[in-house]
Amino acid sequence: MNARRLWIAQRLTAMVLAACVFVHLATIIYAVRGGLTAAEVLARTRGSIAWAAFYGVFVIAAAIHGGIGLRAIAIEWLAMRRSAGWLALVVATLLLVLGLRAVAAVIA
Amino acid sequence: MKVWRGGASGSFQSFEVPRQPSQTVLDVVTHIQRHLDPTLSYRFACRVGMCGSCAMTVNGKPRWTCRTHVDKVAAGGRLEISPLANLPVVKDLVADMREFFDKWARARGQFTPTTTRADEFAIVDPASAKRREADAGIECIGCGVCYAACDVVKWNPDYLGPAALNRAWTLMNDARDGAKTARLAAVAGDAGCHSCHTMMSCTEHCPKHLSPTRSISGLKRMTWRLGEAGE
Repeated sequence: MNARRLWIAQRLTAMVLAACVFVHLATIIYAVRGGLTAAEVLARTRGSIAWAAFYGVFVIAAAIHGGIGLRAIAIEWLAMRRSAGWLALVVATLLLVLGLRAVAAVIA
Repeated sequence: MKVWRGGASGSFQSFEVPRQPSQTVLDVVTHIQRHLDPTLSYRFACRVGMCGSCAMTVNGKPRWTCRTHVDKVAAGGRLEISPLANLPVVKDLVADMREFFDKWARARGQFTPTTTRADEFAIVDPASAKRREADAGIECIGCGVCYAACDVVKWNPDYLGPAALNRAWTLMNDARDGAKTARLAAVAGDAGCHSCHTMMSCTEHCPKHLSPTRSISGLKRMTWRLGEAGE
C-alpha cells in the first residue's frame, strides 16, 4: 500500500472516529447516571445488532488509524523504512483481534 | 558571542564584538572576519534580504542574518551563531545547500513549457483562483530557513522539505505548465507532502511570511482529487 492511499485511509478513518468518539462519550455520560454496573452495560449491549455494528466499525477504524499513525512514528523516530509497514500491520491486526473479541464478548 | 568553527565535529569559539546602533547579526559576523579572525567562513551577497544566502542559526532559530537586528535577538547581549540545521556543515557558518536544491529538482520544481517561442503569449488572469494560489507562494528566494526549521526533515532525511514542495505547488497552479501529473507523483508519498504533520514551523520562520504549510496541504488535496495520477 503506498503512502498516498495510507494517508487517505487515515483521514477517512479519522472522520469515522470523530463521530464514534462523540457517540461513545455521550453514551458514557448517559450510562453512568445513577451508577454503573456490568449487568446494566450487558443489558444494553447483549443481542443488539446496532451496538455490535457501532463498536465493530469503531474497532476497525481505530485499528486502521492507529496502525498508520504508528507507521509514521516508526519511520521518523525509529528510522525504520520498509519494516515500518510490517510493524504497523502487526499492531493493527492485534488491535483488530483484541477489539473485535471485546465487542463479541459484550454482544454475544 | 559564540560562533561555530570547523565542520560537523567542530565547536563554538567565543568573541567579543562592540555593539553599534542598528547593528545586524551579519554586521557582527563581518566584524569578526574583518577585525578578529580572517579565517572565519560565512556566506552572504546582497545584505538587504533579497538573495537568501546569509541564513544561519541565531540563538537556536534559523534566520536571515542580514535582516536580524542584534537588539531583537541578543538577550543579555549574547549571541550564538551556527550554520543552518538539517544540512551538512562545510566549514564554520557555511552549510552545504546541495541536498536542499537537489530536492527542488526531485520535486519537479522545473517549469515544463507547453508552447514554444513561436506561439502566442499565454494569457493568465491575475485574479483567477489558480494564479492567486501560485502568487501566494511564488516569492520564495530559496534561503533554506524553512528547511532548517522543519522537524520532519530532521527525522526523515528523504523528506523533500517545505521549500521544494512550495515550489511544486506554485507550478501545479501554473496554467502554462505541462508536467502536472509527473510532478504530483513526485511530491506524493513518504518523502513528499503526505509526511507533513502541519506543525507549521516553516510558516513560523519564513522571512518572506509565506506559508509552505498551506502549499503542502494544497498538494495533499490535489493528490486525493487526481487519484491514481498522484502515485
